[in-house]
Parts: sequence; C-alpha cells; structure tokens
Amino acid sequence: MTPALQLFLIVSAALFCIGLLAALSRRHAIFILIGIEMMLAAANLNFIAFWRFGPQPQQPTGVMVAIFSIAIAAAEAAVGLALVIAVYRHYRTTNVDQLNQLKG
Amino acid sequence: MTAWIGNNVWLIPAVPLAASFVILSLANSRRKSAAALAVIGQVAALMLSIVAFTTTLQTPGYRAFHNFTWFTFGENALRIGWVLDPLAAAMLVMIALVGLCIFTFSIGYMAGDKDFTRFFAHLSFFSAAMLGVVIANSLLLLFVCWELVGLASYLLIGFWIHKPSAAAAAKKAFITTRIGDMGFFLGILWLYSGSGTLLFYDNGRGCLESAGLLALGASATFVALLIFCGAVGKSGQFPLHVWLPDAMEGPTPVSALIHAATMVAAGVFLVARVYPLFSFGAVDGVTPSLTVVVWIGVISGLMAALIAIAQPDIKRILAYSTVSQLGLMMVSLGVGGVAAGIMHLLAHGFFKALLFLGAGSVIHGSYHEQDIRKMGGLRRAMPVTFLTYAIGMMALSGVPLVFCGAWTKEEILHATAHWPGSRVPYFLLLAGVVLTALYMTRQIIYVFFGNRREASEHAHESTRVMTIPLIVLAICTILFSAVLTPAWPWLHSYLTGEPAHSDIARLIQPMLFLSLVLVAAGIGLGIAMYRKIALQDRHRPIETDPLEQVQPALFRFLENRMWLDEFYEWTVIAFAAIAARVSDWMDRYFWDGLVRGFGGLGQLFGIFSTNVDERGINAGVDETTAGTRGLGRVISGWHSGQIQTYLGAVAVGMLALLILYAWLT
Repeated sequence: MTPALQLFLIVSAALFCIGLLAALSRRHAIFILIGIEMMLAAANLNFIAFWRFGPQPQQPTGVMVAIFSIAIAAAEAAVGLALVIAVYRHYRTTNVDQLNQLKG
Repeated sequence: MTAWIGNNVWLIPAVPLAASFVILSLANSRRKSAAALAVIGQVAALMLSIVAFTTTLQTPGYRAFHNFTWFTFGENALRIGWVLDPLAAAMLVMIALVGLCIFTFSIGYMAGDKDFTRFFAHLSFFSAAMLGVVIANSLLLLFVCWELVGLASYLLIGFWIHKPSAAAAAKKAFITTRIGDMGFFLGILWLYSGSGTLLFYDNGRGCLESAGLLALGASATFVALLIFCGAVGKSGQFPLHVWLPDAMEGPTPVSALIHAATMVAAGVFLVARVYPLFSFGAVDGVTPSLTVVVWIGVISGLMAALIAIAQPDIKRILAYSTVSQLGLMMVSLGVGGVAAGIMHLLAHGFFKALLFLGAGSVIHGSYHEQDIRKMGGLRRAMPVTFLTYAIGMMALSGVPLVFCGAWTKEEILHATAHWPGSRVPYFLLLAGVVLTALYMTRQIIYVFFGNRREASEHAHESTRVMTIPLIVLAICTILFSAVLTPAWPWLHSYLTGEPAHSDIARLIQPMLFLSLVLVAAGIGLGIAMYRKIALQDRHRPIETDPLEQVQPALFRFLENRMWLDEFYEWTVIAFAAIAARVSDWMDRYFWDGLVRGFGGLGQLFGIFSTNVDERGINAGVDETTAGTRGLGRVISGWHSGQIQTYLGAVAVGMLALLILYAWLT
C-alpha cells in the first residue's frame, strides 16, 4: 500500500465529511443537495483511487464506474432539484426544518 | 241397527256432551234454547239407550265391545274401548230416563235463577260423564269419566258460588272423593303392572277374564280393595260419607240427579263391573275383599239410617238415606248378590230421584225453607207432590207388593241371609229396614201432616213442568216392580244372563212376611212417636223432637251426625293443618334458607369473578394497551419529520458500523 493511496483516501474522507456536515447543518434544501453531491464525489474519488492503485490499473474499470456514477448523480441531482422546486411551489419555502409533515 | 249400536255406544254420552258444549257457548240470556238443547240431548241419549237395551235383549248374556288403541308409549299400547252388556244397558236406560225427568223438573225449579244456562250446561256435562262411566270397557276410560263425574259434581254442588257454604261443600266433596280416588288410581296402576291390560273384556285377554285374573294371582285382593276405595269415596260409604250430606248445598235437582240417583251409584256400579276381581279365588263365595265390602256396607247402612232419624233438614234426611241404601247395595254385592244389588240400584235411582224432586217441590213451594220443623200440613196444599212423595217413601221403606224398593230389598235380604261369612250383617240389615221406615215416617209426618206452620203457611202446588216428572217417576217406581218380583224375576235373569221362568207360587214366601212385619213395625213406631207433631198447635214451631224428649243425649249424638265431622276435624283435618303448617315453615325457612344460601354462594362467586375480571384480566389488558400507547408515543416522537435528524442518524449508524467493522477485523 503506497502513501499516495492513503493521501487520496484522506482527501476523499475529508471531502465526504465536509459533504456530510453540509448536508446535516444547512437548512436550505439546495445546500443539502450540494452536500450530498459532495459525498457522492468523495465516493467517486475512492473508486478512482482504488482503481489506480489496484491490481489491474491498465483496464479502465474504475473510470467507467466513476463516469456512470457521475451520470447517475446528475440524474439524481435533476430529480432532487425538481423535488425542491415542487416543494417550494407547494410550501413557499425550502427550509427543511419547516418541512416536517412526515413526522410520526 | 243392532250391531251398529254395539260398535257405537260412545254416541250415547257424546250427545249430551255436545249439547253441554253448545249450551256453554250460548249467551246467558238464551234460557229457552239452553233448556231445549239439554232436554233434546237427553232425549237422544235415552232413545239410543233404549236401542242399546233392546239389542241386549236378543240373546241372554249379550256382550258387545269395541276396543282401540288410545296411544302408544314405548312398546306398550294403552287401549280403551266401550262395552255393551246387560249391566251397562240397564244403567244407561235408568240414567237417561231419570236424567230426563230431572232435566224437565229443573226447568221449573231453576226458572228464577240467573245462571240458568250454565246450570243446564253442567247438567248435560254430568249426564255425559255418567253415561261414559257406564259404557267404559277400560278401567282407564272409566276412571277418566269417573273424574269428570266428580268435576261435574263439584261444579254443581258449588253452583250457587256466592254462597260460602256451597263453595265449602263443593270443595269438601271434591277433596273427600279424591282421597278414595287416590286408592282407586293406585289400584289401576297395580292392576296394569299385574295383568298388563286395563280392558275389561278383550276376547279372553281382558283383566276381568280368566287369563288376566290368573296373571294377577293373589294380588287381586289388594287391587280390588284399592279400587273399592274409589267406590267408597264416590258412593259416600263410611268413612268417606261426610261429603254427601254437605253436598245438599247444591240445587235440589242436582241432589236428585247426582247425589241420589246416578253419581253415587257409580261406586256400586264400579264394584259390580269389576266383580270378578273381588270374587277371584273365592272359597264358598267369600273372599277377604268381599268381606270388607260387606262390613263397610253394613256400617254405612246402619249408621246413616240412625243419623237420618235426628236430622231436621229435609234434604239431609234423604242424603243419609242415600248413604244407607248404598250401604245396602254394597252388602248385596259383597255377599254375592250382584244382580240384587244392581236391581236395588236401579230401583233406588227411580224412587230416590222421585223423593228428591218431591223434596225440591216442597222446598220450592215453601219459599226455599228446608227445615222440616217449620213445615207441616202440606198434604192439602200440594196434593200431587204429597201423593208422589208417599209412593217414593213407601218404595224406600220397602212396603211390599207394588213398590219396586220392596222387591229388591227383599232379594238383598235373601242373599244376605245365606251368606256363609256371618249372620250378623243379616240382622243388622233387618234393623236398618225398621229404621228406614221410621225416619221416612217421621219426615212425612213433619212435612205433610198436621197443621201448617210458618214456612208452609202460604205453600202452593208446583207448576206442571215440575209435577209431571214427579208423576212419571212415581209411575216408573210402581211399574218397575213388575220385572222384579220372584214370580217373574225378569230383570234378575236379564242381568245374570239366564232365561226367566215365571212361577206365581214363588211370589209368596217367608221373606215377604218378614219384611211386611218389619216395615209395619217401622211405620207403626214412627206414627206412635211422631203423632204428637201432627196434632201440635199451628203457630208454634216445634222445639223439641219427640225422640229428644225421651233420649236427649242419643238425639244430640245423632243430630250431630255422631260427631264424625268433628272427629275428622280434630284428627284428619287437624293433622293436615299441622302438616301444612310444618310444610309452610319448612318451605319458608328451611328450603327457602337453603335456596337463599345457594343464592348467596352464587353472589359471592359473582363478586369474586367480578374482581378477577376487573382487577386481573381487565387491568392486565389496560396495562398492555397503556404500555403500547406509551411506547408508540416515544417511537412516534423519534419520527420528527426533520430530514436532517434522520440523515444524522444514518451517519451515526454508519459510523458505528465502521467502528464495529474495524474492531472485528
């Protein structure tokens, strides 16, 4: 295991934590979405890193997975944004603290 | 026609029964139709009875019966049926004829009564029940009709329901006869268990035929005695005779019909009907059960004749005379003179109905006064009544030759004289004959001779509807003797099923002179004793009876009916009252306490189970639901709807998993 991989992983973990923090602390739905995208990016970074320092770096498996993942993330972001807009139209707010209609 | 009536004898009681029901459904105001219906029903019954009677004349010992199954239980079939034989046919004609006379008489006697229609309904009902007793070919059917007769008697004695004494007398009659009927019913049960059938005649298998009697064996004596209990109750024999004099509370035609001519005869008829049970295993014509019959008859006959001497009530005298005459019939049956007993029963039916209707006419004419001490001199005021009454009196006393009572009584004396059991009943019966003549003479002198006293001051002869039945019965009383004489003992032969021989020489025999002497002694003694009464001053009621002047203690003893009613009051009734009180106490405190105790136990158990239910099961369920609800509240609190809280939880969970993973590897 080379130090380079660990570096990547630390960056990835940091990115993930920042994303998580953003998702947990921001009250605006758009920022939460951004936090989630950041966590997804951290995961993609992990794919790339494990592929690059894995046993078969010649074949572009890691890149392929990352590209697919990004595509899916884009679609997911589109759905998320659409939801946010729908929610906004309905409640006239995007503050998640006030969106508690699903409480038990 | 002849075979037809043999199979359809049931029509004879059915006609008056139907009449009774129709009358019952009439309005109270339809008096004429009620009387007409009752009389028509009775006439129809009489016609049918005469047809039945002529049928039995064809062959000596004629007997037709028809049996059918009433109902089946298990493997036993209870069969009933009806029978037509000389005994039944003779009774049918007598009952229907006497009944018809009494129905007619009642139209006049009850004319002023507001319950006229009810009276005729009950009379018809009675007639039907009595005719049913006579034709029954099954002890069970006989018992049913017997009880219906008792019911009719109850209804008619208590006819004037507004009179407390009538209601009490009806109750007394019903309960006293019920004591006898209890024995009767036990006898029926015993007979059924012993012989397996209650039919009298059933082609050799009936309980009165040899096979049934053999199956019964030695218990026949007990069965006969138990059945005799019923006869004692119904026929007013000692010791159950006390109801009969009290039954005189009913209207006089009822006394005539029921308590003289027909119903009380049912007991005698019953003994005659089941005579084979009594005589089964007879040694020289004597069996234990027949001996009991003889002695009960003798005691009743003599005792009632003695009591009758001191009674002041015209109807009570006749009632005791009835008890006495029934006793005579019982003696006759007991000593083996069945035909003689039944002949006396038939003759008695005629002349006692005549006497009672005559008494009714007297009472009607004297403004419903029944005390003979207040009457007198009615001979001129009521000539028809007097003449017919005198005929009845002479028939009852047994004046020989033209009055039917004499011949039958003679025949009974004849049978008793040759009884191998004992000579005592014979001599007691002779004394009874003297006493009968004596009390009847007393009554006649009190009522019809001498000066008119208070009640008879304005007496008048009764209307024709009442005197014609009297005349008819008087003629019957005289004409009936034609078939009774020893010279031509037609009725005797008819009943026993032998051909009759006429022999004029047998008309004169020692017994005739003996009874002539006895009756003359009785009447002579009566005239000698009560002659003063006839000569007494007109406006003074008679204070002391001639017998009372001579023998005050004896008179009081007899006047108070030998204190038998009081004796029963102190023994049987007192015992019953005490038993009732004990039962009442037991019921009120012991059984009631037990029931209350069990009730309390139940209540306690109820309280206990309520507690278990409420504190145990209910509370457990409550706790569970409360817990579930609390848990739900806690868990629902977690679902805040705050998306970031959920996300945080996911993060924490993941972290925890990571740490777990790291720790495990």
